[in-house]
Amino acid sequence: MADKPRIKLPKEAAKGEIIQIKTLVSHVMESGQRKDAQGKTIPRKIINKFACEFNGKPVFACALEPAISANPYIQFDAKIDEAGTFKFAWTDDDGTVITAEEKIALKA
Amino acid sequence: MKAINRRQAFALGGGFVMLTVLPMAADAEVTNDAATWIEKFTGGKKPAKGKISLDLPEIAENGNTVPLSINIESPMTVDSHVKEVMILADGNPNAGVATLSFTPLSGKAEASIRIRLAATQNVVAIAKMSDRSLFSEQKTVKVTIGGCGG
Repeated sequence: MADKPRIKLPKEAAKGEIIQIKTLVSHVMESGQRKDAQGKTIPRKIINKFACEFNGKPVFACALEPAISANPYIQFDAKIDEAGTFKFAWTDDDGTVITAEEKIALKA
Repeated sequence: MKAINRRQAFALGGGFVMLTVLPMAADAEVTNDAATWIEKFTGGKKPAKGKISLDLPEIAENGNTVPLSINIESPMTVDSHVKEVMILADGNPNAGVATLSFTPLSGKAEASIRIRLAATQNVVAIAKMSDRSLFSEQKTVKVTIGGCGG
């Protein structure tokens, strides 16, 4: 099982503020181009999809190809109009989904 | 006729070398399926220049992780926002790098990722707006060590 993904975002934001979210997940992102010592191609195994939702509404998504570096780092922005929960999901080629959640509050 | 002296001979020789080497370095050939990707994304429409700022290092020492930042000018409202951005590398074994989907909730059409580049090549970004207009931008990155492993 992969390590817990690392997510960085502020704990609270003013209404209407645009915040920056940084995510990093541990994954080999095997491109399917490399060969092992016996000359056999190492099969492709990558995270092919990343999605971020806020209170059930899509914020940002990303289709990934083998040309994404190992341990994919994705940084994007989100506009905060209400307090709520971010849900993050990374989908592997083999169908497993790594998920994470982060809460954000509105500044008083 | 005056015979060519030593100095002139060197100058001539140098000129020939420059002539033969430069054109090859200038346009890295598109060897992969980039055109198919573009065709599929744009539906044959030609994207306009502008709106996109694509930030990549001029020289990438390690092709395994090349930082890429993209920022597209847009108010990101429900009526007018960036929908999708396709990023391609025209010298990789497969042209596709990533397709980013934004929504008005993104606030800004801005993202950073790290990509693999096999060799010196162009990185192309094409953005699709909510009104179906298209914009494109490209950058050449010189790669010292390729990132796709042999």
